[in-house]
Amino acid sequence: MIRTEELLLNVGPQHPSTHGVLRIVVKLDGEVITEATPVIGYLHRGTEKLAESLNYTQIIPYTDRMDYVSAMTNNYVLVHAVEKMMGIEVPERAEFLRLIVMELQRIASHLVWWGTYLLDLGALSPFLFAFKEREMIIDLFNELCGARLTYNYMRVGGVKWDAPPGWIDKVRDFVPYMEKQLKEYERLVSGNEIFLARVKGIGKYDAETAIAYGLSGANLRCTGVKWDLRKNEPYSLYDRFEFDVPVGTNGDCYDRYMIRFEEMRQSLRILKQAVEQFPSSGETMGKVPRAIRPPAGETYVRIESPRGEIGCHIVSKGKAEPYRLKFRRPSFMNLQILPKLLVGETMTNLIAILGGVDIVLGEVDC
Amino acid sequence: MSEENKREAGRQEETAAAEQQSPPAAEQTEPAAAEQREPANTQEVSGTEPAGAGAEHPNQPQPDTMPEHPDASASDKPAEPAAPAAANADVPSAPAGEAAGAGAVDPEREAKIKAAQEARAKRLAAKAAAEGATAGAVAGAEAVAGAGAGAVDPEREAKIKAAQEARAKRLAAKAAAGGEAAPGDAEPAEPKPPSPKQPWLDEAVELLKSEVHPEAVEEAVINELAGDMPTITVKAEHWRAAAELLKGHGKLGCNYLRNVTGVDYETHMEVVYFVINLETKREYAIKIRTDREQPSVPSAVPVWPSADWPEREIYDLLGVDFPGHPDLRRIMMPDDWVGHPLRKDYVPLDPEV
Repeated sequence: MIRTEELLLNVGPQHPSTHGVLRIVVKLDGEVITEATPVIGYLHRGTEKLAESLNYTQIIPYTDRMDYVSAMTNNYVLVHAVEKMMGIEVPERAEFLRLIVMELQRIASHLVWWGTYLLDLGALSPFLFAFKEREMIIDLFNELCGARLTYNYMRVGGVKWDAPPGWIDKVRDFVPYMEKQLKEYERLVSGNEIFLARVKGIGKYDAETAIAYGLSGANLRCTGVKWDLRKNEPYSLYDRFEFDVPVGTNGDCYDRYMIRFEEMRQSLRILKQAVEQFPSSGETMGKVPRAIRPPAGETYVRIESPRGEIGCHIVSKGKAEPYRLKFRRPSFMNLQILPKLLVGETMTNLIAILGGVDIVLGEVDC
Repeated sequence: MSEENKREAGRQEETAAAEQQSPPAAEQTEPAAAEQREPANTQEVSGTEPAGAGAEHPNQPQPDTMPEHPDASASDKPAEPAAPAAANADVPSAPAGEAAGAGAVDPEREAKIKAAQEARAKRLAAKAAAEGATAGAVAGAEAVAGAGAGAVDPEREAKIKAAQEARAKRLAAKAAAGGEAAPGDAEPAEPKPPSPKQPWLDEAVELLKSEVHPEAVEEAVINELAGDMPTITVKAEHWRAAAELLKGHGKLGCNYLRNVTGVDYETHMEVVYFVINLETKREYAIKIRTDREQPSVPSAVPVWPSADWPEREIYDLLGVDFPGHPDLRRIMMPDDWVGHPLRKDYVPLDPEV
């Protein structure tokens, strides 16, 4: 007769599979999880409090440090919210540059996810592939704004730097190269039996649950809900381009994997159209008053980040600093469902499920 | 904001005083003596010395470069060259000995100081006007007038006042357009076409009044700044029933809670729930006001499970209680933390942390 007793296990806060400083207190009955409690806040820097004593331009670099895997979309949500409040028109060339960097960023972010997720599942080589291609995107960003991760690239009314000569051509060349690489990736991983055994049918939930838990991004779309803010609430220039929103049917880790994979292809499709339509000349900064003071009132602006709906709620009293600035961070909301998904699963599946949610702790804690 | 003006006015007086003191400061040619002086003077002294005893703080006395007013220098270009010119121009050009010999008063210098002062007063007035609220602005202008002392003539004052009034009027108009006032009582002069989301607002208000409670709705506006967001303020005691209606009623069906924000307005607390129906895209912002000393809002977790962590975050950072929440405890700060950091009156228990 085997006697078992309940085991309390701390996963994290520092472990490669937790993708940052996330701690999960897990109660185990043998190999099976009976309770899981995420503990967060290790990376809480009080961005929202700090923002109350900074003017809007000074807040932009802080947004880089929330979702540091996708800083461009964070930049955008803040400047877009201020522009919306002040009614500032952004020149077309600047908006094109923003859209191009956001889509490149989406690919770079998904590549980080793809590489690390497979690393979590025990496949080492995809990580090396993914980071090679991601490096090319980061080099492009580096050439554009001099930074590799924390870009501080966008401004209220436009972008800080125009594209250097030949930059757009480099993006144009990158698109077919990346398409070829994605095919390679697919051959390498997507049909692998061990991989399929680890993700198919794991971490399943239905559309109703996903909506109830406020999930967004691939976590919502894997259940068949076609909700992508680029399509459903178009912002920037997304309504000018043709692209599809991939959705899943089973709501498991495999569907989330396939959706993110397909989203990279769709981003390349948008990029291909964007570099063709890119205006050959024009301003990169719109007419912006010297003092950026949104009128008294409030706004809530949201866009589609690689992880889902990132929102920015500004309460302004007509001053240069926001009275209250709240970020709706997709990773924070998406992580909420984790305890529900983990009960009844094994420890090995914990890694597969957590990785499949795709969180960035800088954004969870903010 | 008037306090800020006073502070700046005070700083201006200080600088002006420092500038007037500067000829005696220039007499002291020994670096040791110069170092003992307060930083307001070091710059001028450093101008007279090649090695520059106070060179580490070359710009300190000038409010233009103060970090709290990053746009102040940009907002008024003409004043910008005037101030440094008054501070720097003549001191380095006059060798220390000569300055000592020339005595205290130099009419050209005084004129320059006055010009700088006036420019500064003007900038302050412009700033005060831009701040918006009329009462504060007038008080600010008075403070400026007081600080400017004899330098201000009545004509200038009248001009400043006129500019201020115009600004305030413009701001008021903007605020009205921004949805602060109910859409019904905006200026009758230019009637705006009603927002396409107005029917959503009306429908929800009607349902809340008939199904929940006749007095459930405190305020209902279209917030134009937020893309015409229908915004309803619901009384806290009716919030739970209202939430169930918003989610469950066939016409509304707001099944997705996308964001929850807590705001400390200093007079009261407010929790804002942003809900949307993913199929019809019908969306609402629901505000619940609560007392600031004992802030409490019924939890929305039983209706939208996604409210769980956001409400915990608001409890942690703003101290709002959410009765009905299944697991209300701190989420960002450590469990033994004292106070709620996002409150406007928050003072850290341990300033070292």
